[in-house]
Order: sequence, then C-alpha cells, then structure tokens
Amino acid sequence: MFGKKKHESKPPLPPLKQWLPSVALAWLVPGGGHFLLGRRGRGAILAGCVIFTYAMGLLMRGALFQPQTGDLLTTVIYTGGFLGNVAAGFPYLLSVWLGYAQPDVAGHVVDYGTKFLVAAGLLNVLAMVDAFEIAAGRKD
Amino acid sequence: MLKMNLTHLEAAILMAAVSSIVMGITTKKTDAERWRYGLQCFGYFLLAIFGLGWLMHLAHG
Repeated sequence: MFGKKKHESKPPLPPLKQWLPSVALAWLVPGGGHFLLGRRGRGAILAGCVIFTYAMGLLMRGALFQPQTGDLLTTVIYTGGFLGNVAAGFPYLLSVWLGYAQPDVAGHVVDYGTKFLVAAGLLNVLAMVDAFEIAAGRKD
Repeated sequence: MLKMNLTHLEAAILMAAVSSIVMGITTKKTDAERWRYGLQCFGYFLLAIFGLGWLMHLAHG
C-alpha cells in the first residue's frame, strides 16, 4: 500500500544455552562447532582450512601480534592483529604455549606468514558465525 | 623447524583458495550454491591478483 514501509524485523536472539556451546567450541577447535551440531563434513573442511592456513603462517615464520596502544593506526593494527591471532583458537594457544615467538623482520615471506596467521583467525570467525546461525536455527 | 619459501604469487593464490573454500561453505545454503560461490570468489581473487599486479607493474615502469 502507499505510504506503508516494509519493515524487516530482526529475528530475536535465541537463548544463550542454545548457541553458546557451539560457538565457544567453534572458537576453541576450528570446525568443532559444526561437529557438535552434526555437520561433520563442513566441520572437517573448515578445520582443515583454518589449521592449514595457520600452519602455513608458522612455516613462513610469521610474527604473532601483541596488543599495543598509541596512535590510532598502531592500536588498530596491533590490537586487531592480536584479536585475529587469538580467534584461531587452539592452534594459537598451542603455538604460544610451545614458545613460538618470531620477530617481525623485513621480507615478503615473513610478511605473508604474519598475514596467514591473522587470516586463519578471521576464517575461524566466519566458521563461528556459521555455527551460530546453524545453532540458532537460521540456517540448515 | 622447516621453513617454507613461497613467492608472492604462490602465497596469494594459496590464500585465495583457502578463503574461497571457507566463504563458499559458510555463506551459502546448498552444495550447488557453495560450489558456485566458492569458484566465483576464487575467480574474483585471481582477477584482483593479476589486475593489481599488472597495475603495479605498469605504474612502476
């Protein structure tokens, strides 16, 4: 009708216990949220992709970020990079626990390695969002 | 510990492949859509890699 705007209502957030275990597991173990929800095939592919990307970053001797504050650019790069690293879950925790600490030196291989380590975490964030949508019943 | 040396092109294509797989799986609902979207993303990544590569090459002289 004229003058009537179509409002798309946002679906309500489902109860925490419905999605939190899957999302938490999806963070800790890449692909784990999908396994918990019975999507084993997709979970295995996601786990493979995230762990492969992280392993490539380690093999290229990428540097792990430590959160730093200062000017805006430094804060965004270092804190954002740190969050990206942490989002990879257990591969990050394992590498820190085993003492992996490479210096950020000049060179394209090391630079790509650093990006691979962050990208692994960002890919895991996509997997976590997917696990949330499945657990919340918004997606099959 | 083993150290891997990849060229710019190899690293960028590897990243494009892995990102396309994850984006295909997580954003679409059916397997056919996932395949199509994953391949489409990979194509766009390649286009960007070669396009920007040539642009930088020409700009650099």
